[in-house]
Amino acid sequence: MAYLELDRVAKQFGAQTVVEDFSLSVGKGEFISFLGPSGCGKTTTLQMIAGFLDPTRGAIRLEGKDLTAIHPAKRGLGIVFQSYALFPHMTAAENVAFGLEMRGVPRSERAERVRAALAMVGLAGYEDRHPRRMSGGQQQRVALARALVIKPSVLLLDEPLSNLDAKLREEMQIELRQIQRTVGTTTILVTHDQNEAMSLSDRIVVMSQGKIEQIGTPQETYERPASAFVSQFLGKTNDFAGTIDRTVAPTQLVAGSWRAPAPAGLGGPVTVSVRPERIGFGDTGLSAKIITRIFQGNHWLFQCDSECGPAIVIRQNDGKAQPAEGDAVRLTWRSEDMSVRARAGA
Amino acid sequence: MSMAAEERSARAPWALTAPALMLFVGVLLIPLAMTVMLSFHDWGQYKGIEPVFILKNWHEIATDPYYAEMFWRTFRIAILTTFLTALLGAPEAYILNRMSGRWKSFFLLVILGPLLISVVARTLGWALLFGGNNGLVNKLLMSLGTIRSPIPFMFTETGMVVALAHVMMPFMVLSVWAALQRLDPQIENAAMSLGAGPVTIIRRIIMPQIMPGVLSGAIIVFSLSASAFATPAIIGGRRLKVAATLAYDEFLNTLNWPLGAAVATLLLVALVLIVVGSNALIERRYAEVFR
Repeated sequence: MAYLELDRVAKQFGAQTVVEDFSLSVGKGEFISFLGPSGCGKTTTLQMIAGFLDPTRGAIRLEGKDLTAIHPAKRGLGIVFQSYALFPHMTAAENVAFGLEMRGVPRSERAERVRAALAMVGLAGYEDRHPRRMSGGQQQRVALARALVIKPSVLLLDEPLSNLDAKLREEMQIELRQIQRTVGTTTILVTHDQNEAMSLSDRIVVMSQGKIEQIGTPQETYERPASAFVSQFLGKTNDFAGTIDRTVAPTQLVAGSWRAPAPAGLGGPVTVSVRPERIGFGDTGLSAKIITRIFQGNHWLFQCDSECGPAIVIRQNDGKAQPAEGDAVRLTWRSEDMSVRARAGA
Repeated sequence: MSMAAEERSARAPWALTAPALMLFVGVLLIPLAMTVMLSFHDWGQYKGIEPVFILKNWHEIATDPYYAEMFWRTFRIAILTTFLTALLGAPEAYILNRMSGRWKSFFLLVILGPLLISVVARTLGWALLFGGNNGLVNKLLMSLGTIRSPIPFMFTETGMVVALAHVMMPFMVLSVWAALQRLDPQIENAAMSLGAGPVTIIRRIIMPQIMPGVLSGAIIVFSLSASAFATPAIIGGRRLKVAATLAYDEFLNTLNWPLGAAVATLLLVALVLIVVGSNALIERRYAEVFR
């Protein structure tokens, strides 16, 4: 049963539609990411769940109850903001205690829970620090503790890691996932960082221009992108123009000099998408010439000029000899490693 | 770097600031020092100013209750004006900050308005509205039968406070406004999501953060009100003197320059002590918000 449910939610600002027909069922304890470029409506959707914005159409239900009828202050959601929005005039402990105070939790229990929450995010001993005396990562942890201490029904994270440097961000990702697993709070993360979405979430909602492009597990969205947008947005990909050749039997999928039995249900011009790490060098296949070869430690990155346009190939550094710059090669891949979509406007 | 170049680069800041420094010394420090010295000189109706060192003027100010009353009134008016501007200006700035673009710039202009009009014209405006039997508002209210006699405004401390608060309002609003700009735009949402109602948000989250702005606005308003001349001169005239109008009278009417200088010096010293003292207190109290 769906714990949190968004039912055809839409948001318009004047004539501009920011979110359109957004439907999603979130299970209890699930970690969901809204992933998309800036302006795709992911933050707007989060703000509608939080109650800072009212949906123009559609319903948001939490455990079957209409959430939009409840004032934001009464929704009992935990929110971590991109800027953290900590109260600068209060100490870390006072910040965390604020939500408990608003709920009328008795002083002694409050102190105990605040201490436990700060310890959980690894800030034991920082109770009396003021936010402006803390590093970005520490402020981030205080904000997380503040949101979690009230035992929220849903935890909303609005780009919480985007202000941290790369190394710290990775550490926080791991920690965030661990904390979420321990506490078991249903979590929605808004992010534009595909790595973050993939490493943290149970399911990813890929959004573009106010619409859902795909909902799926990180692996599904990466391996079986539902649209060109998804395949471009999640990681690097090669798009080759191909056609389905029905003049031969059985029908064949042709891209340059690469050919394979055609998948069912498609005809005419198609786009063949293959991830760079799934392409190998073989004796037959797409003819290409290697333009540049870049050594990146654990792998080699090749930029090739193929008969179907530019292509990127990534090969594991397994110690075997690799083709050099200027070499003529054949690019090949297995049928299960590609996704084929009808090509529009061709 | 050679010695000569080092020497030159050490001298450069002095050379560059010299013109401004000379102006500062010439038109501020020297006249100020002369005024202080003047306050220790003697004066007589027929002998004029005598450049001797005596404490006569200071003794007179310290012992004659007339001066105590004058200074007490000056600071009473300044304090009331400060409270009035804070009481009205802080909410005004908060509301202004929440307005949308076009209205915001329009009302900001309305608030800055008093600064664009000459202080004399603005104060005379108050006189036109409330000046005795002929004041517009008084006439109207009397003809409506709301009041029997005109509202006393001219030559009252209330009138002075109201007129001063009008002039000083922009300083308070702008100062609070600056503090509001430092607020995290999501801070109210954060408090709301934790269960705080609108009153709690203002009292517990917004107020503590704009307090430094209110207090620095208060320092500006207080020191400007305590040393204001034009408004007290027009509203209070000779009947209700404050320190600034008193000093003026001693200089230009009685021609007792040394006594006027003593009054002016005392006002300056008192103001500097109050401003520096309260500034230090505020900075200590709100160290975390200022960071």
